[in-house]
Amino acid sequence: MGKLSWSAIPFDQPIPMAASLLIIIGAIAVLVLITWKGWWNYLWREWLTSVDHKRIGIMYVLLALVLLLRGFIDAIMMRSQLAFAAGGAQGYLPPEHYDQIFSAHGTIMIFFMAMPFMIGLMNFVVPLQLGVRDVAFPVLNAISFWLTASGALLVNVSLVVGEFARTGWLAYPPLSELQFSPGVGVDYYLWSLEISGIGTLLAGINLVTTLLKMRAPGMSYMRMPVFCWTALASNMLIVAAFPILTATFGMLLLDRYAGMHFFTNDGGGNLMLYINLIWAWGHPEVYILILPAFGIFSEVIATYSGKALFGYRSMVLATLAICVLSFTVWLHHFFTMGAGANVNAFFGIMSMIIAVPTGVKVFNWLFTLYRGRVRFEVPVLWAVGFMVTFVIGGLTGVLLAVPPADFVLHNSVFLVAHFHNVIIGGVFFGAMAGYNYWFPKAFGFTLDKRLGIISFWCWLIGFYLAFMPLYALGLLGMTRRMQHYADLTWRPYLIVAEIGALVILCGIAATVAQLVVSIRSRAQRRDLTGDPWNGRTLEWSTASPPPSYNFAVLPRVESVDAFWHQKQRGPATPPQHYAAIEVPRNSPNGFVTAIFAVVTGFAMIWHIWWMAILGLACAALTLIAFGWMERGEDHVSGEQLADADRARLGRMGPA
Amino acid sequence: MSAAAGTAQLPGLGSTLASGSEGPAPVRIVVAYGFWIFLLSDIIMFSALFASYAVLSGQTAGGPSGRTLFELRHVGIETLCLLFSSYTCGLGLLAIERRRLRDFYIAFAFTFVLGATFLGLELSEFTGLVARGAGPSRSAFLSAFFSLVGLHGAHVTAGLSWLIFLVAQTAARGPRDFVRRRLLCFSLFWHALDIIWVALLTLVYLMGAR
Repeated sequence: MGKLSWSAIPFDQPIPMAASLLIIIGAIAVLVLITWKGWWNYLWREWLTSVDHKRIGIMYVLLALVLLLRGFIDAIMMRSQLAFAAGGAQGYLPPEHYDQIFSAHGTIMIFFMAMPFMIGLMNFVVPLQLGVRDVAFPVLNAISFWLTASGALLVNVSLVVGEFARTGWLAYPPLSELQFSPGVGVDYYLWSLEISGIGTLLAGINLVTTLLKMRAPGMSYMRMPVFCWTALASNMLIVAAFPILTATFGMLLLDRYAGMHFFTNDGGGNLMLYINLIWAWGHPEVYILILPAFGIFSEVIATYSGKALFGYRSMVLATLAICVLSFTVWLHHFFTMGAGANVNAFFGIMSMIIAVPTGVKVFNWLFTLYRGRVRFEVPVLWAVGFMVTFVIGGLTGVLLAVPPADFVLHNSVFLVAHFHNVIIGGVFFGAMAGYNYWFPKAFGFTLDKRLGIISFWCWLIGFYLAFMPLYALGLLGMTRRMQHYADLTWRPYLIVAEIGALVILCGIAATVAQLVVSIRSRAQRRDLTGDPWNGRTLEWSTASPPPSYNFAVLPRVESVDAFWHQKQRGPATPPQHYAAIEVPRNSPNGFVTAIFAVVTGFAMIWHIWWMAILGLACAALTLIAFGWMERGEDHVSGEQLADADRARLGRMGPA
Repeated sequence: MSAAAGTAQLPGLGSTLASGSEGPAPVRIVVAYGFWIFLLSDIIMFSALFASYAVLSGQTAGGPSGRTLFELRHVGIETLCLLFSSYTCGLGLLAIERRRLRDFYIAFAFTFVLGATFLGLELSEFTGLVARGAGPSRSAFLSAFFSLVGLHGAHVTAGLSWLIFLVAQTAARGPRDFVRRRLLCFSLFWHALDIIWVALLTLVYLMGAR
């Protein structure tokens, strides 16, 4: 079948084989457990076919957490390799395997950990904060999620069948061209990201439409919660940047599959074109990730300080300034291209300017904390840890934005330290803050505080141990992506970094334990009020977990922090009148389409043309069949709404 | 922004000055708006290919250039077909809004025939180029040319399939709300393909044939 044969399964390599077996056994164990417990029906009805933005958001976050484990295993393997492979030693990972690991680590952590985490939180929170019943296009939302999951599945299939790319997380040509990477690794990379990228684009369109066209009565733009503003900026960036990624990967695929010459060495191709295009997506991408994290910190700091956010308008302006500026800095990723002093100076200055709105944000958070009655719950710890760590990462970023300094530091582990500093210290800390903050909204019980605190401190300390040595190593001249090194003076730093990775491992273990312990003791940690943190925004005004329709009656918004002011005015009175509503009916469209997307992607990777055509035709037929049927909607009568809502208000007791 | 910000303090004015104060927009508005955003993203995808074409258009690797390959008369006929198909598409949309089904079918039949003619002409151009040894793997210039023009052609193909589907759905279900919403999206799509073609005609053919 195409290029696929039994030799694709790495029987001769013990480490990939063990990993494959572990994955297969794990998958079988999960399937057996579901069958044995008789959960299939429930799973299909309530989750796999769900078009509820809250369920989809939760599935995104779950995907992110699972892939965090996979990405972290890659990370700790690399750290262990470098702790040993000094002097003449080669370590335990051969170069071709090591190269796959750093490529998979970057790809997974950005595309399948950070992205689903942020999109999941936005999916869950934004409609609730806007005071509406769902996103603009619920079925499309399910399709988006399942396409993302398809991409993640394909990346993990590469572990068992064939290989992954050895080209780094952005697959620069000419190395990623057929001439130098004849295997299926780059094809796995390209097809999984094409498929999940389309899912991300559709999710972005959906959320932009939701934010601009579906808000509760009275919620003008300047009454939107700050998280909604950052989600808007982030999703506008998705809509503007992801098509570039699709096109760029499309061109590389045409080079590889149709013998074209976009980025090849021969035939007039231009490899710097790829690098320009990929960063025209890639730089906005880092703001796609960090802006929602900024929004989460804004919500968390305001809520736990018991104060309105300092400088709401400047926060909105700073968000939009970053949104626009993010498209004007891409060239700072390759100052060494040789574009000339003037071009480099322009992009260097633009990169430094981005520090200004970011600085505005940091001061706003500090002034919000100032003289607030701060409750040190777990999300606040992540937020404060973020502020210190992210400022350090930002400063090294400004340093890298100076072209002459960049010529020295380019491609060194100083850069690796910098982007981990902002992505772990910014995006991941933000995701964890949001996870701890909104978990009780999603499930109706809080997460264990003690384990949450342990998890935070392990991550914080582990991060500094793992990455501060890399700054020093970068200045000492260590380049990134080295499988072994000769200079023995580097080794102590790399052993410290390995210890840091182990401390982070404890943090991950604490996160998993926190989830397990909290689920087991959920009866004691139940929250009946729907407002465990004394929140300010509308998501806290409904039940936890919210009903499928979110709000029995759409709230009327009269200010920023709508729920806070509502609480100031006195206890909630049940509305007089409940109007009947329609909720979208579940649809297997997304799940089925995704299955065919996986089949098509897999067939294209292995050049099994008939299967690719079949998969594509089935995907098209699925869309046609679901498009032919009129979309069903379930009706919820006013009486049902009234009963449910009065029961909720009754449970809350006297306010 | 200042207007919207001002209303935060003046709740009474919120409904008149700030957009979205009335609550979620009607479905037709939401659908058309979301589709517009999709079209914008699609245009950005094309812009990446336009940029690549601009960079690579001189890279002929010793092979033929646009001046020897492009036939403006052929392209002119293609352009006329596509622009007129947009006109008939607009007529069809007006007809369906007035529930004149017969006019709608006629207009969309013309749209389909004109679109298919455009596609046929494009295919004949492509096969002609390949036959002359100027296929997409000949040079970076031709790779960029075939990909850019071919992506537009793929959009036209998708549009024609969608047109057949929508006409069948109109025939089966009548001009119901959800059918008319889809027809609105289709017409937006079809017009967007015109806009892209005009840019393509200018940048690729008119500037390349000089």
